[in-house]
Amino acid sequence: MISTALSDLWFGFGVALEPHNLMWCFVGVLVGNMVGVLPGMGPLATISILLPLTFGMKAVPAILMLAGILYGGQYGGAICSILLNLPCHPPHAVTCLDGYPMTKQGRGGVALGVTVIASFIGASWGITEMIFLSPLLVRAALQFGPAEVCSLMLLGLLAGSTLARGSPLKGVCMTVLGLFLGSIGTDLETGSERFTFGLTELDDGVELIALALGLFGVAEFMSSVNQMSPINMAYTNVRLRDMRPTLADLKRSFFPMCRGTIVGSLCSLIPGTGPTIASFVAYAAEKKVSKTPEKFGTGMIEGVVCPETATHSSIQGDFIPTMSLGIPGDAVMALLLGALMIQGIVPGPQLISQHPDIFWGLVASFWIGNIILVILNVPLIGIWCKMLAIPYRFLYPSAMFFVCIGVYAANNDFFQVGEVVVLGLLGYVLLRLGFHPAPVVLGFVLGPRFEENFRRAMLIARGDITVFVTRPISAVFVAMCVLLLATQLYFRLRPPKIKPVAAGGEGSPPISPQMSPQQIPVTPAE
Amino acid sequence: MRAKTFNTNGPEDGREEIVQPSTSLLRDLVRKKDFYSGGLMILIGLGIALKGSTYRLGSLMHMGPGFMPTALGVLLVLLGMAIAAGALVPAEAGSEETQSILPENPQWWAWFCILMSPVLFVFFGRYFGMAPGTFACVFIAALGDRTATWKSTIILSTVVTVFGVALFSYFLQVPMPIFTWGGGL
Repeated sequence: MISTALSDLWFGFGVALEPHNLMWCFVGVLVGNMVGVLPGMGPLATISILLPLTFGMKAVPAILMLAGILYGGQYGGAICSILLNLPCHPPHAVTCLDGYPMTKQGRGGVALGVTVIASFIGASWGITEMIFLSPLLVRAALQFGPAEVCSLMLLGLLAGSTLARGSPLKGVCMTVLGLFLGSIGTDLETGSERFTFGLTELDDGVELIALALGLFGVAEFMSSVNQMSPINMAYTNVRLRDMRPTLADLKRSFFPMCRGTIVGSLCSLIPGTGPTIASFVAYAAEKKVSKTPEKFGTGMIEGVVCPETATHSSIQGDFIPTMSLGIPGDAVMALLLGALMIQGIVPGPQLISQHPDIFWGLVASFWIGNIILVILNVPLIGIWCKMLAIPYRFLYPSAMFFVCIGVYAANNDFFQVGEVVVLGLLGYVLLRLGFHPAPVVLGFVLGPRFEENFRRAMLIARGDITVFVTRPISAVFVAMCVLLLATQLYFRLRPPKIKPVAAGGEGSPPISPQMSPQQIPVTPAE
Repeated sequence: MRAKTFNTNGPEDGREEIVQPSTSLLRDLVRKKDFYSGGLMILIGLGIALKGSTYRLGSLMHMGPGFMPTALGVLLVLLGMAIAAGALVPAEAGSEETQSILPENPQWWAWFCILMSPVLFVFFGRYFGMAPGTFACVFIAALGDRTATWKSTIILSTVVTVFGVALFSYFLQVPMPIFTWGGGL
């Protein structure tokens, strides 16, 4: 098994190192890193804004570039949170706790330096996991009938909506809303139109790009405009030689890195627990094993390294269910999957065998991309720091242009640009009411496939709904769903004992209510 | 999850009572975010379910196009009720649930500008081409910022237009004329 994996990987490197693909991978990480650094641009906004750039490309370079944007944005987000105390990106909220104090002590460069190393190690482990676990999962998944696929999707949807930020109940609401939005347009099975209200433009359904840009672009800008507190640029003057960690620093961060990797990879195996939860759990765990837990929050290098490693390891791990089962764990993965579908590729267990170039090329490009990032981040750190100074009043109007032209370029259709306005307004109202719109995209992407499989399962079972619990594999997934809900209920009903780890030292996260993960159900008992 | 404690018939009842809040409990109620969240979900769910049931429902074995949406609508109504019911539990002051649904300093003008930005892009892009569309889109969005001046706004719009047109029209070949007149598309 190892030898096939290695030969496949070798093939992947062949794909990823083709000059054309390599170039787009490089462009992806560069742009992702650049946009990720910008304060106020989260990964969802970054990916959805840059998604249209890939329309003209073939599938392989497009997915390599998008994945590059994703982990490039992660590296960028760390810079923003360490130097500015701005958690532009939820997983990095924990990094602020110790990263910013380090910056204040003049050790921000070192924090960035170890972050780069930590991220690389975390990512490498995640990739290794992907190489060996994905084929196993695929082999199991190929046995699945519609009923199994259906209950697995249900599990993914439930996990994605209840384990994410905010109230689980509201998360489920958003998933249902997304499922509904996905059902707009022509019904695949019967050909009748649903919820189009006579608009022929809606026959093909709501455009994914319009949805993503409305919810994560326009709605985000609406909640951030004129709300950005002035950025403290005092510490952003980081030079290359400041970044070199001392031997003692490296020694101190070695074991936290290992622990972070383990936490991250475990979190990525549980569907729905993305990098945010991984980083919080890693921080809490690190604090627990530390000999000096009281010093956390004052600039402990362990507190920077461990969550960063966990984040990156879990992000790479998140690709496993997305690519091998076609079931994304969070909204970012849903967007990537949506991008594949735009390219005409059907996600699911057959993807690896039908498009080995995409899967193995992607895996190989992760490594290449991460190496590029390390090389890129070290000398360019000065430029990234300068970019932190770009004021929001220049940023969001330019981003609005990208939103408009991006949606237009999806289908050369002005109507869909109009959809953005409606969805943006909806997204903002939902944000204000305490909903986190990320699960909407999850439901939207999975919706049509869920319905199709549900119908097929029902047809095969002659309308017998118990098929989901009488077939063993499906029953396991249903049981996991029940378990998930039961745990959620338990955590809700139990009186809250201790405030979440981050609540204390976060300072004032100035951007939006989305930034602070208020609910971390899996934090180990403290 | 808290549906067991729910003992009214939904927000419609509550809303009628809101007109004359007599007790302090009711006054608390209207201030609760969750109450509105639940209400909105119930409204959306009702809309989906009612519209969805006009399509053919079919049976479980042969589902019609209306089956899934109706089911989703009903589910959304139930979830909305559960959320609204959660708002009935008195929340401690200062917690997130007691916040007003508007932010502390509402940015009506900025919101309007941001929402108008795609509208202007559609209008100018459709009838005058990509460059005017881009300019209008960035211009109106930039006006939303409190510190925006005419000069900075014009400069920003021009810069974005030049680079944007170069990137999307020449480099990425988006099929949209740079300048046109009267919607030649």
